[in-house]
Amino acid sequence: MNMQQNALALLPEILVLAGAVTVLLAGSFLPRDRQWVTRAAAIIALLLAAAAAIVGMASPAMTIFEGGFAVDVATGAARIIIPLATILVLLLGVEELGGSPRESETYSLMMLAALGALAMAGANDLLVLAPGYLLASIPLYALVGMSRSPGAAEAALKTYLIGALMGIAMLLGVTILFGIGGSTSYSELRVTLGSAPPAAVLAGIVGVMAGLMFKAGGVPGHFWVPDATQASGTAVAAFLTSIPKLGALIAAYRILELLPSTVNWPLLVAILATASMTLGNLAAFWQSDVKRLLGWSTVSQVGYLLLPVAVAGRADIALPSLLLYLAGYAVSNITAFAVIAALPARRSIEDYRGVAAAHPWLAGALVVSLLALVGTPPTAVFVGKLTTFTAAWDGGLAWLVVVAAINTVASLFYYLRWLAPMFARVGAEVGAPAPGRPWASRTAVMGALVILIIGIAAGPVLAAFGTPLVG
Amino acid sequence: MLSVVVFLPLLAAIVLAAVPRITGAAARWIWLVVTLLDLALVVGLWLVYRDPGAGNLAFEEQVPWIPNVGSSYHLGVDGLSLPLVALTSLIFLVCAVFALRDTDRPRSQASLFLFLQTSSLGVFVAQDLILFFVFFDLSIVGMYFVIAGWGHGNAARSALKFFLYTFLGSLALLLGFIGLYLGSEAKTFNMVELASNPPFGGQPVVGGLVLAAVFIGLAIKTPTFPFHTWLPPAHTDAPAIGSVVLASILLKMGTYGFVRIAMPMLPDAWRDWAWFIVVIGVVSVLYGALVALAQTDFKRMIAYTSVNHMGYVILAIGAAGVVSDNAAQAREVAITGAVVQMVSHGLITGALFLLAGVLYDRKGSYDIGSYGGLAAPAPRYAAFFVIAAFASLGLPGFSGFIAEFQIFAGSIGPVPLTALALPGILITAALFLRALQRMLTGQTRGLSSGFRDLDRREILAIAPLLLLAVIIGIVPRFLLDVIEPASAVVIDLVSR
Repeated sequence: MNMQQNALALLPEILVLAGAVTVLLAGSFLPRDRQWVTRAAAIIALLLAAAAAIVGMASPAMTIFEGGFAVDVATGAARIIIPLATILVLLLGVEELGGSPRESETYSLMMLAALGALAMAGANDLLVLAPGYLLASIPLYALVGMSRSPGAAEAALKTYLIGALMGIAMLLGVTILFGIGGSTSYSELRVTLGSAPPAAVLAGIVGVMAGLMFKAGGVPGHFWVPDATQASGTAVAAFLTSIPKLGALIAAYRILELLPSTVNWPLLVAILATASMTLGNLAAFWQSDVKRLLGWSTVSQVGYLLLPVAVAGRADIALPSLLLYLAGYAVSNITAFAVIAALPARRSIEDYRGVAAAHPWLAGALVVSLLALVGTPPTAVFVGKLTTFTAAWDGGLAWLVVVAAINTVASLFYYLRWLAPMFARVGAEVGAPAPGRPWASRTAVMGALVILIIGIAAGPVLAAFGTPLVG
Repeated sequence: MLSVVVFLPLLAAIVLAAVPRITGAAARWIWLVVTLLDLALVVGLWLVYRDPGAGNLAFEEQVPWIPNVGSSYHLGVDGLSLPLVALTSLIFLVCAVFALRDTDRPRSQASLFLFLQTSSLGVFVAQDLILFFVFFDLSIVGMYFVIAGWGHGNAARSALKFFLYTFLGSLALLLGFIGLYLGSEAKTFNMVELASNPPFGGQPVVGGLVLAAVFIGLAIKTPTFPFHTWLPPAHTDAPAIGSVVLASILLKMGTYGFVRIAMPMLPDAWRDWAWFIVVIGVVSVLYGALVALAQTDFKRMIAYTSVNHMGYVILAIGAAGVVSDNAAQAREVAITGAVVQMVSHGLITGALFLLAGVLYDRKGSYDIGSYGGLAAPAPRYAAFFVIAAFASLGLPGFSGFIAEFQIFAGSIGPVPLTALALPGILITAALFLRALQRMLTGQTRGLSSGFRDLDRREILAIAPLLLLAVIIGIVPRFLLDVIEPASAVVIDLVSR
């Protein structure tokens, strides 16, 4: 295959990159009150990328650039979900970011981080995965620190230090795998790792997983998540708890799927999953800041998302269930953040008292999104949980399914702690201030509808994600 | 047609929720008309219903939903589900009538109850495990908001306990369903296929574990001893019509699940564990009755009699799993009795909870000791109370007698141990007679003075329930003719 065809297969990524550069350049020349043009440009670029990805889903799976990048169903799903999720983030942040000092820079950094997530999702070579990791990480440090509060500075430093540490662990893992496998290409590692010493393979995979868990925000790379979520702006928080996970978990699935059965990697992933969901849930229990609560809830969600990853290649339904869950998770999480963005004055759970009476639509959106995160039918995450549970049990990890089910019940508790005050009868709410943030509100309601639509139309979505990865 | 019956209330609920201009009065009347229409449709279905025969369904509808996991949108009814569908539509109509004067956010209330009606009807007509689970879970969500939003006392806490406890049950159920799916040859969630070709034939351990998951899930919902602790606070703090729906409909989802899912789909495991289930049933009967006897709160007392009444159902279906020689006939009677008991309990307990609601409405208290001599200021109330109490304790001439007589007639033969549950009837009789005596007879005192008698709206809500309980008690054939063929099918399936 020649260079031109390769480049054409990479059209969605190229569109996102071009959009990021355009936004950055245009932002430097536009006056402060015309910066919205860059937002429009970003949304158009992302929409085009998603459209190109949908068209591209029809073509057969292949690898490009000498096997370095896979263009298959997982990449296709990432290329659709990541740009659309980023658009939702941009929309919920219209009021918050619009007119702010670093508006276009924020958009550009988000697009670059999204591009990094796309690169991780498609990486079919360890030497593509590593730069993808860096591309997804570096803009995040800047985004977290952007709000310039003392908390943000601390969170940015924390994120940076953990990111650097986990990045080094990842590079170490890559080096080990290269050393014992004689190649960095997945298709060759698939063959050579089978005869490699299992202990070395395990060491290598632990390193790589450490990096990926930082990006996904799961144990052991989760320490930055609650701090960064609480300290950064709402739009940025929504972005960094959703988009990097998409890239990291698909990357994890891809690399684990090729591992030989000489190593008991499913157990490793199952332990990480158990730790993530349990720790995330326990830590979320008594949070009162809604953003911090959601931050911990995303840590627990990584645990559930690791279920299909733990049985990568061992159950037919594993990959489609992972992709469906990722789509459902992204929209549910962003919808919850959109409600927070629409009610900026309310920061703690107590502040949400009586919201149902003052803002019925936002309350409805929050009910849908939080119950979706629990996995209540008929939402997208319900079908995601159903299929990931099925996949994990089918792949021989029935005990992990029981752990996940118990954790799900536990998670209901803190989501209800947030929901219950909303419906409390309050004596004459003193002139509830009008929402004043129509974009964020509309994003929340739209997100809630999408959650329900994906849940009800899960059949076709799963079928579309139903083909195997490219070898 | 079934889809219309199921989703008509939801459609109305969405309209009511989305149009803020609808006034409270309009909302209440829309609610009433929609439930009336739905009941009319169900009565129409009942009239044209013919028994579909083993392995078949009436009014069947099937559309692929999630083909990757063999799940479809699959509805249908048979003799087990049709009576419960009819009960559901009736109960929700009665609730709409009873709530005609409510002033607390009537639009939201109507919308929520219509939503709850769709999810309840859906549980009884679903023929796909995932669809069943969707409706099952949504009924919990709906009930949570009913208790938290319109309850009294410590409603928020009771609602939370209810949600967490029953959600735990529903997840256990989901695990069981996934087990059934993975164990099935065809990899399907289709209930008809799973029943006709049950999984785990030669794997008693896995089958037992899957049954354990399903059993815990359904037992929490039913609820049986020792999973009943969420029920009394939920009932005590729920609004009257919320209690009615909870007791009459939501509890039936558990027992219905046993006859619809656990028995036909896990026949081997069910037979292996039938003794254990009988014991759980007997304990529930006695424990529920004894604890009810000790209550001073009228609503809590009825809540515990629910544990007792549901215990008879568990006992019957457990006994039906004990295979003995030439007892198929008796076991069919037990299953029929169990289904009649579900309907009968729905009618009678619904009436009792409405009567409790009247107490709270007038005087803000459920305390039995605070009332006395109610018969003098409120003769109509007293009359209804007496009828409902006698019906509930299983007096001949009421539906409860038909049900409990069949249950014991069908159970004592194959499993003589079930006779241990007979004192349950005696205790229930004692506690109801004592409550009657304390609250209705004697000098008018305490909260009873100035007690306003039942008005037309309340009579209109309570009378149909008791009337139907009497009709089933005297001429039960129309109901038994529907249930009996289906019971025979269940016995065939569980005896394989």
